[in-house]
Amino acid sequence: MNTTKLLLVDDEKAFLETITKRLEKREFKVLTAYGGNEALDELNNNKNIDVVILDVKMPVMDGIETLIEIKARFPLVEVIMLTGHATVETAIDGMKLGAFDYLMKPCEMDLLIAKVNKAVEKKSLHEEKIMEARIKEITNRRA
Amino acid sequence: MEASCTDRKSFYQVLTRKIRFLIFLVSFSPMVLTTGILFYRFNLSYTEKIQAHISELVQKHTQNIDYFLSEKLKNIRYLSRHLNTTSKTPKDFLKDNLNLLKNEYGDAFTDLGLINQDGIQFAYEGPFNLENADYANAEWFRKSMERPYYISDVFAGLRGRPHFIIAVKVRAKGADCILRSTINFGAFNSLVGNIHIGKTGVAFIINAKGQLQTKTDVSFKKTSILQMVDRQYYQKSKTVFAQKQEDLGHEYLYVTSMLKNIDWVMVFRQDMADAFNELRKTQLISSIIFFIGCIAIVSVVFALPRKIIGLISNADKKNEAMNKQVVESGKLATIGELAAGIAHEINNPVAIMVEEAGWIGDLLEEEDLKEAENLEEFNRALAQINTQGRRCKEITHKLLSFARKTDSTLNDVQVNDAIREIVSFSAQIAKYNNVIIETSLDESVPYIRVSPSELQQVILNLINNAIDAMEKKGGVIRIETWMSREEKKYLMISIEDNGPGIPKDNLDRIFDPFFTTKSVGKGTGLGLSICYGIIQKMGGKIEVHSQVDAGTKFHIGLPFNEDNIEINSIDKDKLTKKIGEKI
Repeated sequence: MNTTKLLLVDDEKAFLETITKRLEKREFKVLTAYGGNEALDELNNNKNIDVVILDVKMPVMDGIETLIEIKARFPLVEVIMLTGHATVETAIDGMKLGAFDYLMKPCEMDLLIAKVNKAVEKKSLHEEKIMEARIKEITNRRA
Repeated sequence: MEASCTDRKSFYQVLTRKIRFLIFLVSFSPMVLTTGILFYRFNLSYTEKIQAHISELVQKHTQNIDYFLSEKLKNIRYLSRHLNTTSKTPKDFLKDNLNLLKNEYGDAFTDLGLINQDGIQFAYEGPFNLENADYANAEWFRKSMERPYYISDVFAGLRGRPHFIIAVKVRAKGADCILRSTINFGAFNSLVGNIHIGKTGVAFIINAKGQLQTKTDVSFKKTSILQMVDRQYYQKSKTVFAQKQEDLGHEYLYVTSMLKNIDWVMVFRQDMADAFNELRKTQLISSIIFFIGCIAIVSVVFALPRKIIGLISNADKKNEAMNKQVVESGKLATIGELAAGIAHEINNPVAIMVEEAGWIGDLLEEEDLKEAENLEEFNRALAQINTQGRRCKEITHKLLSFARKTDSTLNDVQVNDAIREIVSFSAQIAKYNNVIIETSLDESVPYIRVSPSELQQVILNLINNAIDAMEKKGGVIRIETWMSREEKKYLMISIEDNGPGIPKDNLDRIFDPFFTTKSVGKGTGLGLSICYGIIQKMGGKIEVHSQVDAGTKFHIGLPFNEDNIEINSIDKDKLTKKIGEKI
């Protein structure tokens, strides 16, 4: 049983629906958002989201802005950028800002899943370290 | 294109004509006017001057002759008064007086004679034996009898020598008689003969009948002079000018003046060519100058517009080439933007389609559908959708990379090294296609500051094109580098293949976006326009020369800075030194 919780953010409804179905079939828990603001709300409401798959090109609030906001408010959440265009620059910019990786649309499902898994791995490693640190802190306090 | 070419040609022709006409008008008309006016004025004043000079000369001599004649006449009349009162015999009287006159006037008087009413010369003193000569029938005698005095024309008379006579009627001893004297012809002649102007200017005297009264060498037509003898001419002006044509087309200037005492006309004749010799010379010189001027103007009229038009058409050609380039790059930019827009818009639907296909694929995995008889067909169709989706993606990504405006980081690149690297990339695929890649690289080429990945993209693209063009038949690709120093300093790269070449019709369009000769699905037609865009951005140039069945040659020129070379060479020196130390 896969316990990974994903948040898909894209303004293309049809794309979102299909990819949700496909991911759910692979036993991911998937939440969706149609824009940057909505995504932030979702993250606020569901604290256990592991990975956000974020489209770069969106109206109102674009992927880069959303990414900055996510990283500021939920630093532990991993973000995979999904670019519609081949501007590697944008993807590089995103990675500089803390995104885990990037993918080009349309993407292979296997590739996407592999990247998601890696992101989750990184996240849990990260969380483990935090946990360890906390334990150390507590034990130190006791001592 | 051709229409505009002929348009321009006719425009140039019109322009040439206009310039020619203008130059002709502006330079020719003032010259003609000035020359004409000066010529006319000079002619006029010079002619006036010559005429005045001759006229004065002729008048002076006419006066001299008049004076001479009237003096001689007075002498004889004086003598005739004394005839009545003298006591001497006529013979002695004549003898004494002739001696007196000769003493006074030298040879002017040849002889003296007295003639009675019947024309018999009863007394004579002189060198001839003319006593008792009968002059009754002589014309001069009859005329002398009719008036108080008379001066005859020149005639031979009884003595058989040209002479003329001054006769005065005297009333002596109750009967009319005539005292006459013969004037020495030679002395008289010298008065006129002294007039000489130029080579042909001579003077002579003629009587009313046009007969010569003086000795002269010249021959002339009587008829041409006769009309000048009319006394009416001379009422106001003292001299008369006339131009007469005589034998062999010779034109003569005649200046005539009437004597007062007698119906004789002083005639001065000179050849026109001689009289106006100086004028003719000036005319000749000015004509030559005028002629040379005309030639100069005509040559300028023909040469200058040609030169100007040449310059203009050159400038036009350059301008046109520049315009073409501007249009080309503008076209590329517009198409780039359009392509980017389309790529964005198409990418999303394609992504959805691919996802949907993937979803169907997922569903087909389910147990109950695995038994469906068309499962294989479904899978094949889905695979096809995926493949075509990927193709779409490739196209849109290429379009976007063509359109994007990257600020690719610049670096100092040694072109030769870059080429060697690319050649090693391509070696495998070249081998597979039976293509040999040869390089001939000028090791002195400088480092240039460009984006290495872009340069790579361009060269790789050209090599791949060359390999594709030669298909599987194989061939040779030659890559050369050298430095060009004509007009601008360029680092030149040429990539030459011996493939089938590019037909002339396609040659103009190969840099256009989406232009491709490859079969559908094999090429996007963007490769060369991307190359073009990159080279343009680098400030360089890319040209293609191709001949069908012989091959195609691409020239790339990249600008470099002369200063960079020196710095680089210094760096190299340092490097080798360091290496040397290490060793």
